[in-house]
Amino acid sequence: MNNWRNWRIDILNEGDAMNIRRLKDLVASKLMFSATILSGLIAFIIAFALFQRSTLILTTQPLSGLLLSSSWHPWKGEFGFYSFIVGTLWVTVLAMVLSIPPSLLMSIYLAEYAPIKVQRIIKLMVDLLAGIPSVVCGLWGVLLVVPLIRDYLAPLEGVTTTGYSVLAGGIVLAIMVSPIIISISEEVIRTVPQQVREASMALGATRWQTVKYVVMRSAFPGITAAIMLGFGRAFGETMAVLMVVGNVPKVPSSLFDPAYPLPALIANNYGEMMSIPLYDSALMLAALILLFVVLLFSFVAGILLVGIKRRFAVG
Amino acid sequence: MFKPHISIQKLNVFYEGHHVLKDITVDIPEKRITAIIGPSGCGKTTLLKSLNRLIDLVDGVKVSGNVLVDGINIYGNGLDVTNIRKKMGLIAQVPNLLPMSIYDNTAYGSRIHGVKDRKELNQTVERCLRVSGLWDEVKDRLKDPASKLSIGQQQRLCLARALAVEPEVLLCDEPTSALDPISARHIEGQLLTIKKDYTIVFVTHILRQAKRLADYVVFLYFGELVEHGPAEEILTNPSEPRTQAYLKGEIS
Amino acid sequence: MDKRKLEENFFKGLMIASTIIIVGSLLSVLVVVLFRGAPALSISMLAQTPKGGYYLGKEGGILNAIVGSLYLAGGATAIAFIISLPTTLYLNEYAYRSKLASFTRQSLDVLWSVPSIIYGVFGFTIMIYLSIRASLLGGIMALTLLELPIMIRAMDEVMKMVPLKLKEASYALGATKLETTLNVIARQALPGVVMAILLALGRAIGDAASVLFTAGYTDNIPRSLFDPAASLPLAVFFQLGTPFPEVQQRAYASGFILLVIVLSLSVASRLLTRRFMRYVIK
Repeated sequence: MNNWRNWRIDILNEGDAMNIRRLKDLVASKLMFSATILSGLIAFIIAFALFQRSTLILTTQPLSGLLLSSSWHPWKGEFGFYSFIVGTLWVTVLAMVLSIPPSLLMSIYLAEYAPIKVQRIIKLMVDLLAGIPSVVCGLWGVLLVVPLIRDYLAPLEGVTTTGYSVLAGGIVLAIMVSPIIISISEEVIRTVPQQVREASMALGATRWQTVKYVVMRSAFPGITAAIMLGFGRAFGETMAVLMVVGNVPKVPSSLFDPAYPLPALIANNYGEMMSIPLYDSALMLAALILLFVVLLFSFVAGILLVGIKRRFAVG
Repeated sequence: MFKPHISIQKLNVFYEGHHVLKDITVDIPEKRITAIIGPSGCGKTTLLKSLNRLIDLVDGVKVSGNVLVDGINIYGNGLDVTNIRKKMGLIAQVPNLLPMSIYDNTAYGSRIHGVKDRKELNQTVERCLRVSGLWDEVKDRLKDPASKLSIGQQQRLCLARALAVEPEVLLCDEPTSALDPISARHIEGQLLTIKKDYTIVFVTHILRQAKRLADYVVFLYFGELVEHGPAEEILTNPSEPRTQAYLKGEIS
Repeated sequence: MDKRKLEENFFKGLMIASTIIIVGSLLSVLVVVLFRGAPALSISMLAQTPKGGYYLGKEGGILNAIVGSLYLAGGATAIAFIISLPTTLYLNEYAYRSKLASFTRQSLDVLWSVPSIIYGVFGFTIMIYLSIRASLLGGIMALTLLELPIMIRAMDEVMKMVPLKLKEASYALGATKLETTLNVIARQALPGVVMAILLALGRAIGDAASVLFTAGYTDNIPRSLFDPAASLPLAVFFQLGTPFPEVQQRAYASGFILLVIVLSLSVASRLLTRRFMRYVIK
C-alpha cells in the first residue's frame, strides 16, 4: 500500500535531475538538427557559388557559343569549350567501352558462379584496390600504359605518338571505374530472388541461359544505374587522366591523339586564372558544366536504384 | 499394379554437415500420384528437389546414393543435368513466375531447349494452358505481364510452364498451400485429370489433400523414411507407431 | 544440347578471363608502383624536407609532404567527424522518416558523386571571398567537404542496422532520446563509425584535385593554419613533372609511400572494426 503511494509521487514530482536531462536532450537535438541542415544544403551552396562566378562570362557570350566554339585563346578573350567537352567525352566513353563488358562479366561470375572462397578473396581485393589514390593510378599510367602505347600499340597501327593520348586516358580511367561498376552490379544481381533462378533451372535451362534470359532482365535497371554512376565518376576524374592524356586543346581525331578533358583544364590553369580577365569566370563555368553532368548522371542512377529496392522489398 | 518409375536407393543428403535425408529407399510408382507426407522441416522438399537435382544448387550439399529413373541413375557420372530436369517438372509452393509475359513464361522451357518455330511455340502454349485450365482466362491477354494474374492463376501458369517441356514426372512442392480454397481445388482437379499421362509426386502437410489425391503415400519423419505403401493402407491403417501418431495429429 | 553447353563454357571462359584481366590490372598498379618506387626509397626521403636544389636532384626528402598530408587530412577528418556524427545520429534517431531526412540523404548522395576538383574550385572561391591565401586552412576546408558525404554515408549504413529492440530496451528504462543515442546507438555502431572515419581519412590523404588550389605547396612544414601546406599526392605530381630522372625516381618513391599509407589505413580499418565488435549485439 505504502509503496504504491510513493511510486505515484515519484512520477508526479520529477525534480531537478529530470529537467537537466530534458534540457540536454533539447540542446543536443537542436545542435544535431543544425548539423543536418548544413549537410543537406552543401550541395546547393556549391552549385550556387559556381553559378554565381560563371555569370560574368555568360553575360559576355551566349552559352551555345561557348560550348560549340573550339577556339581557346584566353588572352584574346576567346573561350571555346568545344574541344574540351569533346575530349572529355572521348576519354570517358572509351573508358566505359573498355570497362563495361569485363566488369559485367566479372560481376556475373562473382554473383552466380564463383565458389564462396573465391568470391570473398576477389571482393576483398577489389575493395582494397578501389581505394588506390588517383595520382598513383596516374603514375601507373605514366610508367606502364604510356610506354606501352608509344612502343607497342601505336607502331602496330603505323602511328607515331608520345603515348600521352586518349587511349592512355581511357585505359587508366577504365581501371579506376571498374570497381564501382563491379560492386554495384554484383549487389544488384544478388538481389534477384533465388526462386526465379530455380524456376528457370527446374525447366532444364543451363546456368548461362538462366543468367541471360532471367537474371539479367531483372537486374537491368540496377546495372544501368551502376554504369551511369561509373560514367559520372569517369567524367569528373582529374589527376590520373591529366597525367597521361597529353593536355593539348584540340579536338582529338584518333585514339592516339592527345586530348584535354574539362577537369584537366581546370586543374592546369588555376594559376593563371586571376591574371587574365574573364579566365576565372570561364573556368568556373567549366566547373559548373562538369558538376551539372555528374549530378545529372548520379541523380538518374539514384532513381533507378531506389526503384529496384522498392521492387524487391518484401512486405 | 504399381510399376516403379523412380527408384530411390539409399539416398543420403547432407547440408553443411547436417544429415537431412537418411538412407531413403523407396520406389515411386509410374503414372500415379504419390504423396510425401510428414511434419514440417523434415526433408520433404529436399527429397523432392533431389529428384530433379535442383539441390545441386545449394552450397555445401553432399549427396550419396542412387536415384534411378527408368533404370538410369540420375546422379551418375557424365549425365546432362539439364536433360534430367527437363524430364522432371517442378511446381513450387509459391508460384515463381519468370519476369516475362504469360506467353513467354509458358514458352520459356521450349525456347531454351531450342524450339524457335513460332507456330510450334503457339501450339505448345495453347495446349499447355488448356491442360492447366488457364486458356480461357488468358487467351486474350497472352502478352500481359504474368505478375498481373491472381495467385491461383499464377500457379496454374506454373503448371502449364512445367508441362510445356513434356516431362515424364511432375514434382509438386505443397502446390496449393499458398492458394485460396477454390484455386486449390482447381489445381487438385487438374492434377487428377493429367495423372494418366504423368507420374506425379507431391509434398503436402494437408492430410485431407493426401486422402483426396494420393494413390501411394510416403511418410517422412525428420529425414527418415518411416513407412510407405498404397494410400488406402497407409492412411487408414498404418503399421508404424510414428505414422499412427502423425495421422492422429499428435505430431505435426 | 552441345550448342548450349558450348555457349555455357564459352561465356564461363570469358567471365574468368575478365576477372583475371581486371584483378590483374589492379594488382599491376600496385606492383609497378612498388617496384619502381622502392629503389628510390631512403630514410632521408622520409625524414627530411627538401633542401635547396632538391628539385634539381640534390638532397632532401618529402617530409614536408608527409606531415602536410597528415595535418590536412587529420584536420579535415576531425571537422568532418564533428559535423557527420550528429547529422547521422539525427537522421537515424530523431528524423528517421521525415522529409528532412530523405532530402538530406538525397542531397548527400548526390554530393558523394561530385568529383573532388569541384571541392577545390569551391574552396578556392570561398578563399578569395574571405581573402585567405592558399594554406592549410584552405586545404582543410576543401577536404572536409570531400569527406563529409563519404563519412555520413558510411556511418548511416551502420546506424540503420541497429536493431529496434536495442533502442526499445533503452527507452523502456526511461532514457531520453539523447541518452539512448549516445549510449546505445553509438556503442552498437562504433565499429562502423571507426571504419567510416578511416575510410574518409584514406580518401582525403590520397586526393590531389581538391588541395591543388586550396592548400598550395611549399617545401616547409606548415607552422600555422595560414601557411601553405604540401601534400603527398601533389609531391608525386610535381616531382614527376621535372626533367630530372633522379627527381622522377623520387616521385615513384613518394607514390610508393602514399600507396602504402592508404592501403595500410584500409587494412587497419578492417582489423580494428573486428576488435571493436566486442560489445556489438548481433
